[in-house]
Amino acid sequence: MSAGTASAINADELARGHWRERAQFIGLSLPATLLILIVVFLPLFWLSSLSFLDRVGELSSENYQRLTGDLYVEAFVVTFQISASVTALCVLLGYPLAYWLSRKPQQTANLLMICVLLPFWTAVLVRTYAWLVLLQRNGLINNTLLSLGVIDAPLQLAHNLTASIIGMVHIMLPFLVLPLYATMKSIDSDLVRASVGLGSSPTEAFWRIFVPMSLPGLFAGVVLVFIMSLGFYVTPALLGGGRIQMLAQRIESTITIFSNWGAASALGVALLVMALALVALLHRVFGLDKLFVR
Amino acid sequence: MDAAGASSQSLPITVRNLVKTYGDLRVLDDVSIAIRPGEFMTLLGPSGSGKTTLLMALAGFVSPESGSIRFGEQEMITTSPHKRGVGMVFQNYALFPFMSVAENVAYPLKIRGVSPAEQKSRAEAALEMVKLGGYGGRRINQLSGGQKQRVALARAMVFEPRIILMDEPLSALDKKLREQMQIELKQLHQKLDATIVYVTHDQREALTMSDRIAVINRGRIAQLDEPKALYRRPNSLFVADFIGETVLLPVQREGDGVSLQGRKLKLSTPTPPGNGPLQLVIRPELLQLEVGDNGDTNTIAGVVRQTVYQGDSVLLIIDAGDGHEVSVRIATSRAGQASIPDSSSQIALGLHRDDTVVLAEQKS
Repeated sequence: MSAGTASAINADELARGHWRERAQFIGLSLPATLLILIVVFLPLFWLSSLSFLDRVGELSSENYQRLTGDLYVEAFVVTFQISASVTALCVLLGYPLAYWLSRKPQQTANLLMICVLLPFWTAVLVRTYAWLVLLQRNGLINNTLLSLGVIDAPLQLAHNLTASIIGMVHIMLPFLVLPLYATMKSIDSDLVRASVGLGSSPTEAFWRIFVPMSLPGLFAGVVLVFIMSLGFYVTPALLGGGRIQMLAQRIESTITIFSNWGAASALGVALLVMALALVALLHRVFGLDKLFVR
Repeated sequence: MDAAGASSQSLPITVRNLVKTYGDLRVLDDVSIAIRPGEFMTLLGPSGSGKTTLLMALAGFVSPESGSIRFGEQEMITTSPHKRGVGMVFQNYALFPFMSVAENVAYPLKIRGVSPAEQKSRAEAALEMVKLGGYGGRRINQLSGGQKQRVALARAMVFEPRIILMDEPLSALDKKLREQMQIELKQLHQKLDATIVYVTHDQREALTMSDRIAVINRGRIAQLDEPKALYRRPNSLFVADFIGETVLLPVQREGDGVSLQGRKLKLSTPTPPGNGPLQLVIRPELLQLEVGDNGDTNTIAGVVRQTVYQGDSVLLIIDAGDGHEVSVRIATSRAGQASIPDSSSQIALGLHRDDTVVLAEQKS
C-alpha cells in the first residue's frame, strides 16, 4: 500500500477517503466521550481512591472493614430487599400493562403510552410528596376511609416500608414498561398464530412463545429498575420517614453527620461493585446473547 | 389432543356458502368448494381476491359471518384453530427464533404430549423428508431462506396432520429456488397422506403443483379445474387473462358463428350465448407460422412489427389490423432453421380449431 507502487488503481485516494470517514466519526463522538470521562469516570476514580484512605490520609482498608458492621450490613440487606420487592411489583404490574398496550392499535397505544409517561415529566420530589398527601395520617385515603366508616382510627400508611415501596414502584414502573413494550411490539404476531395453528391453545402459545420472546425486554426493564432502586434516595427518605435506611441514605448521613468521605466512598464503591456483579450474574442466567439473536 | 400418534388419513374439505365481510366489502362472497381427500388444491387469485381469507377461514383464524366448513364429516366452523388439527405453513415461515431447528419441528409434538424420545426421532425423520437431515442443532438465524421454508414444512407435517394449509410459502424465495421447491413440494405431497390447500398469486406455480386450481376473484370462485383444462379452456376473460400469457383479439358475431378479419372462425366449442362483444383468446405459443392447408386451422393475417430475442425463444409482435397486436412465440431451435420473418413483412398465422377459444366480455 505504499504510495510509490501505483499498482492498485486509486488505492491511495480510496485509503485517504476511508481515513477521512473515520476521522469524522471520531470527531463526532469525541465531545460526548470527553464529557463522560470528565463527569463520570474522573469523579468515580477520585471517589474510589478516597475509600482507600483513612481520616488522616494514609492508605488503609479501614473503610472496607467497617462495612461488615451491623449497621451497614443491615443497610445492604434492606436495600436489596426493597429493590427486589419494587422490581417484583413492577414486573407484576408492568408486564400485563405492556402486553395490553402492545396489543392495542397503534394510535390508542400511543395515547395510552403518554399516560404511562406523563409522571415522567413531573419531578420525583413532587410525585413523592403527592404520595405523602395521599398516605399520611390525615391524608386523602385515611380521611375517606374514616368518613365512610370503614375504619375507626387512621391507618399507618406513610412513614414505613410499604409507603416507600409504593412510591418507588410508581416512579419505576415506566422504566420497566418502556423496554418491555418495545420488545413486545416487535414480536411477530404470526409466531403466536403459528403456535396456535400447530395445535397449542392461546394460553399455551402465550407462555411458550410470547413470554420467551419478550424476555429480553423484561430483562432490560428488570435490570434498569433494580439497579436504579439500589441507589434510590428521595422517595424512601421521605415516605420511609427516617425508619427506612437504604444505602443511599446511609451514604448521605455518613457525609453530613460524620463528614467521613472515606467511609461514604467505600459504601458507594461496594454498591457499584454489587450492582455490576448482579448484572453479570443475570446476564449469565438469562443468556442474553442467545436471547437477542433474532 | 387429536390423533397425535394415530395413523393419519387425508380428509376431504367441504366449504358451503361461506360469507365474510369487512365493512361493505364482501371478501368471501358465498364461496362453496369441495376439496377431495389427498388432493393438492391451489387457491389462485390476485391480491385482495379473498384467497388468503378463505385459507385463514379453513385454519380458523378468520371467523366468517355464515357458511359451513367440514373436514370429513365434522363441522369445523365454530371449532377454535388449535383444535382443528391442521398443519400450517406461513408466508414468512413463522419459525420460533429462540428455538433450534429440531425444537421448532418438534413443537407440535411437544404440544400434543408426545414423549421426548419420540419427539426427537419424529422431528429428525421430518427433517430427513425435507432434505435437512442433521440440521436439527442449528439455530434459525443460521439458515438460508430456502432452508427456513423447509423447516416450516417439516414442522407442519411432523404430527401427520390430515390437512396441511400453506399461505404463499414460496413467495419470499428467489425464482430458481422457488421452482426447485415447487417440484420438491409436489414430490412431498405424493409421499404424504394429506390434503393440501395452497394459496398463491403465481399462476405458473399453481399450474406446476396443483391437482386442481380454484381461481378466485372478488371473493368468488371464478373457475375450478385441473391445470390443463384451466389453461386450455378458461371459462371467462378474467381466468384467461390471469392464467398464462394471453393476447385478446376482438371478434365479430356472424349469425351463429364468429368471424375474424372477415373470415369465419372454426370452433370446437359453441359460441358464447347472448349478443355482447366477444374476444378471441390467443396463447403466443399456440400460434403457428406455417398455415397448414387442412380444414382445422384458422388464419390470422398481419404485419410483423418487431422481433424480440428472448434466449429460449423469439417473440414476434404482429399487427393484426385496427391497431390490435398479436404475439407469436417461436422456439429458438426451430427458428434457427426456418427463417424468421423480417419486420414489416406480411404473414399469416395459423391457430388450430381446438386451440381457438372465444369468450364473452364480462358485464360490469
